[in-house]
Amino acid sequence: MEHSAINVFFAGNNFARILQGLWTSVWIAALSLLIGLVLGTLLGILRTLPNKTIRFILRAYLEFFRIVPTIVLLYLVYYILPRSLHINWPASWMAVLAFSLWVSAEFSDIVRGAIESVPVTQKESGQALGLSASQLFRYVLLPQAMQLELPATINLATRVIKTTSLLMLISIMDVIAIGQQIIEANNQQYPSAVFWIYGLIFILYFAIDYPLSLWAKRLAAKQKR
Amino acid sequence: MSWQIITQSLPIFLKAFELTLWLSCVGIVCSILVGIITSLVQYFKVPILGRVLTVYVELARNTPLLIQLFFLYYAFPVIGLKMSAQVCGIIGLVFLGGAYMAEGFTGGFAGVSPSQIDDGKALGMNDLQLARYVVFPQGFALSMPALAANIIFLIKETSIFSVIAIPELTNTALDLIGMYYRSNEYLLVLVIAYAIILVPVILLLNFVERKVRYGTFGN
Repeated sequence: MEHSAINVFFAGNNFARILQGLWTSVWIAALSLLIGLVLGTLLGILRTLPNKTIRFILRAYLEFFRIVPTIVLLYLVYYILPRSLHINWPASWMAVLAFSLWVSAEFSDIVRGAIESVPVTQKESGQALGLSASQLFRYVLLPQAMQLELPATINLATRVIKTTSLLMLISIMDVIAIGQQIIEANNQQYPSAVFWIYGLIFILYFAIDYPLSLWAKRLAAKQKR
Repeated sequence: MSWQIITQSLPIFLKAFELTLWLSCVGIVCSILVGIITSLVQYFKVPILGRVLTVYVELARNTPLLIQLFFLYYAFPVIGLKMSAQVCGIIGLVFLGGAYMAEGFTGGFAGVSPSQIDDGKALGMNDLQLARYVVFPQGFALSMPALAANIIFLIKETSIFSVIAIPELTNTALDLIGMYYRSNEYLLVLVIAYAIILVPVILLLNFVERKVRYGTFGN
């Protein structure tokens, strides 16, 4: 392997382009998380209510996303929106839609679990104080549930970040797609560029996800004590 | 939506279905083996090897399978290691799955209460007997929820094999869509195929999870 292949990073504006691709992945992940967490909180609250029909529908919604792989979700949105519904969005919006729905389903289960594990005396004390149902959620259940669900939420975020590696499949210029372009452009001069570029992208993903997983693990350990 | 398109594609999908099942089974079995060995090495704090495996677990868990596969399939030939797509797929899946399984088993072993181990020692058990009769059975039962989640996760992850042209379910559907431009039909078959695999697996795992819950003491 030639030593000079590492020069590929610094040739032209390659490094800047890789970072630009990374930014695309990051904003899609961040926006999907934001939308997904808000929607997921609402669905999670609905799942703790006694209404059987709503609970059944939301359970089915969750199971759909548990069964269908994320890559297939992306393709479902990518093909069905323009071809059957005649909605011509940019691919990045479609990715945000697919990821948000997926996050909301997963998060609804985390929220439900967390609300149910808040000690029942808390709920009863709130009711004894005369809090309405919405006050009970707003001031008693959700703040405590949020603390309980934080490690799982961070873990979900790391999964969303890892899943952004699929964006290139629906022709979004994410960090991997740009990496591929650089590899192809330099293949003649530096055949080992593929090793360095994919190695760099591997490390970039690790550099983002590892601190987050570590944080989640620490929080979970603290809660256990 | 046309039934004819669907029925005509079924033989092709059946082949892909078998391949997905086969790759999942091999991947899951090997991942469980790698996971058990890794977590036991970590549990008994084997010097050096324990550290190395910790680095492995963190690297594998915090990077996407897609980039792991690209690295195996496109970058490894540069250093003279050329493998077929399916071999790369299995190695990638086991690299990822072994780390997830190890994490699950480690969590389970950590959940075995220290008093159990003290009791074992008081009975005069050695390390190996402790592992075999005390830590492993209870730890395994405790790690069952994680094991079940990982099995489902790994089956779904085989869909990523499509990016290195392994003709499993997702790859087959995309190929058909590319050739015949009928996305609704093929995507429907694809989703149903995953449901046929995953629904029974999920139900079975739920059942097993309820059964082994009795294997844990004091919970």
